Amino acid sequence: MARYQYEPFPYVTPPELAGDGSTGAPVIIVGAGPIGLAAAIDLATHGVASIVVDDNNVVSVGSRAICWAKRSLEIFDRLGIGERMLAKGVTWKLGRVYRGDEEVYNFDLLPEDGHRFPAFINLQQYYVEQYLVERCADFPDLIDLRFKNRVLSVGQDETGAYAEIETPDGSYRLTGDYLLACDGANSRIRRQFGLDFEGRHFEERFLIADVEMEADFPSERWFWFTPTFHPGQSALLHKQPDNIYRIDLQLGPEADPEVEKQPEVVIPRIEKVVGGRPFKLDWVSVYSFNCRRIDRFVHDRVIFVGDSAHVVSPFGARGGNGGIHDVDNLCWKLARVVRGESDESLLESYNTERVHGADENISNSSWTSRFMSPEPGVEMAFRNAALSLAVDTPFARRVVNAGRLSVPCRLTDSALNSADDTGLDVPQEIGMVALDAPLTAPDGSPTWLMRQLGGGFACLVTGDADLDDAAVPEGIKLVRIGAGGFADAEGKVAERYGSAVYLVRPDQHVAARWTAPDAADIAAAMAYCTARVAA
Amino acid sequence: MALNTDFNLGADSDRLFNELLGAHDGLDREQSEQLNAGLILILMNHIGEPEVIREAIARARAALER
Repeated sequence: MARYQYEPFPYVTPPELAGDGSTGAPVIIVGAGPIGLAAAIDLATHGVASIVVDDNNVVSVGSRAICWAKRSLEIFDRLGIGERMLAKGVTWKLGRVYRGDEEVYNFDLLPEDGHRFPAFINLQQYYVEQYLVERCADFPDLIDLRFKNRVLSVGQDETGAYAEIETPDGSYRLTGDYLLACDGANSRIRRQFGLDFEGRHFEERFLIADVEMEADFPSERWFWFTPTFHPGQSALLHKQPDNIYRIDLQLGPEADPEVEKQPEVVIPRIEKVVGGRPFKLDWVSVYSFNCRRIDRFVHDRVIFVGDSAHVVSPFGARGGNGGIHDVDNLCWKLARVVRGESDESLLESYNTERVHGADENISNSSWTSRFMSPEPGVEMAFRNAALSLAVDTPFARRVVNAGRLSVPCRLTDSALNSADDTGLDVPQEIGMVALDAPLTAPDGSPTWLMRQLGGGFACLVTGDADLDDAAVPEGIKLVRIGAGGFADAEGKVAERYGSAVYLVRPDQHVAARWTAPDAADIAAAMAYCTARVAA
Repeated sequence: MALNTDFNLGADSDRLFNELLGAHDGLDREQSEQLNAGLILILMNHIGEPEVIREAIARARAALER
C-alpha cells in the first residue's frame, strides 16, 4: 500500500495583487486546517461566501487528528464528506484497557443500533483535509481558497475586520464583515490580541508514531497501563487506513524530545510493541500537552474557532472533534447575522455554548491526564488502587480512566432553548443533539432522520403529535414521522422521541418541544432561538 | 441524604478500628497508601451518594485545621 502522496495546492496570485481589484467576501477565514475548511463549507451551505487564507500549501503533515466521533461524522455528512470519510476510515467502537498484559475491562461506545454513523472512525487528518478541500471546489462562487497567503496581522473596527496578508507576489489587505481565527494551537492571532491562554501544562512527554505494517490487529482501541513491553508507562494502539498503526507511548517527564525522535531510539521501542512484525516508520512526533482556553471566543468581529480557542490532551479525541463542534455551532448563527436576519447578539450564544463545551472537554481531558500520569505519592496510590481493584471489582473498572472519548455536550441551559411542556421521559432531551434513527421515505427508500433534519431549522413531528402544516413558519422544514410522512422503520423514533413536536436548530440540537403547539408557540421559540431582527 | 456524623459503628467499634490498623501490618508506606486508597474507593462506591461523599471529604479536610 502506497503511503499518502502529498500534492501541493497551487498558489494563485490573489486578485488584489493581480490588478483585478478585491473579490471580497463577508467572512475571512484564517487557517485551512480541518476547522477553517469545514467552516468555509458550512457557511457556503448557508449561502455565505468566504475567503480562506493559509500560509502553507499542503494538507496536514503526519496523521495528527485521527479519531472522528459519531457527532463529527454527522456534521461532516451535513457538509458533504461524511460518506467518503466512512468509506475510507477504520470503523471501531470497542476499547480495551489492559493492566500489565491482562485485560481489565472493555467498553462499547455505541451499544445500540439504528444510527447512520458509528461511534468512531479512524482517519488521518490529511485525508480529512484533502476531502474538505475537494468539497470546497463544489462552491466556486462561495469559497476562495488562497494558499501561501500568510496573515501578518488582523484588525477590526465597528464595520468589519481585516487581515494584512503576505504572498510570494507581495502584500495586500483583505477586508470582511467577520474574521474567523482558525489558525490552530499556536494561533498568531491569539498572540497578537494578547489573550491569556489559561489552564495547565502537563510535563509528561509522549512519543507518537505512525507505523506501516501488515498485521491482523482488530479495529479496536487498545490501551495499556504499565505493559511489560513498556514498563512503568502507558501505551495506546490504534488502527488507521492503509495499514498504518498509531502507537502512543508515555515517556515520562524527563524524556528529551530530540533524542526520543531519533529512529535508533524509536525503532527498538516500536519493535517491543509490535512483537517482531516488520514495519516502517511513517511519522514520529514527541509531545507534551496543555489543557487551556481563552476567556472569550468572540472578540467583536474576530471569532476564535477550534484549537486557537482551546486545547486539550489527545486522550479522548476531543481536539479535532471539539473544533468541528465549534464550526457546527457557529456557522448558522454567523450566516444569519451576515445576512441581517439575526442580531449580532446571536453570536454571544456561540461564545457561551462553546465555552461550556470547551470546559467539558478540558475537564475530561485533564482528569484522564491525571489518571495516566499521577504525581508520585497519594495520586499514584489512588491510581494503582483503582487499577488493581479493576481486575475483579466491577465498579473500579469504571473508575479507571484511559480516556473519556468525545461526545457532544448538552446545551441544557442554553439561552436559545424554550421551555419543555411535554413532561416526556425519553432519551431525547432539550439541548441535546437530535438522536438519529432509520426512516423509510414515502417512496419506500431507506433514509436517516439526521439527513431529513438537514442543515436548517426543522420542525420534527413524532408519534401521535399533531401539527397543522400552516403552523410551521416559512423557511422551516417540516419533517413528519408517521401518517403523511416518513415511516419509523425500526421503531427507533418512537423509542427515542415519544410523541411531540420538536424544534431542531440548524446544528441539529433540539431547542424546544411541545405536545400540541400552535403557530404562535413555534414563532416565539424561533424568535428566541435566532435573536431575530424585527422586520 | 446528609452525612451521618453520629456514632454508627455499634459495639464492635474498637475492634473495627483495630482491624483497620491491623490491615496495614507488614506493609511499607507505599503499600499502606494504596491500601487506604483502595479502601476509600470501595467505601465511596458503596455509599454512592455524591453529596454525602463531598461532605465527608470536606469534613475530613477541615479536621486537619483543628
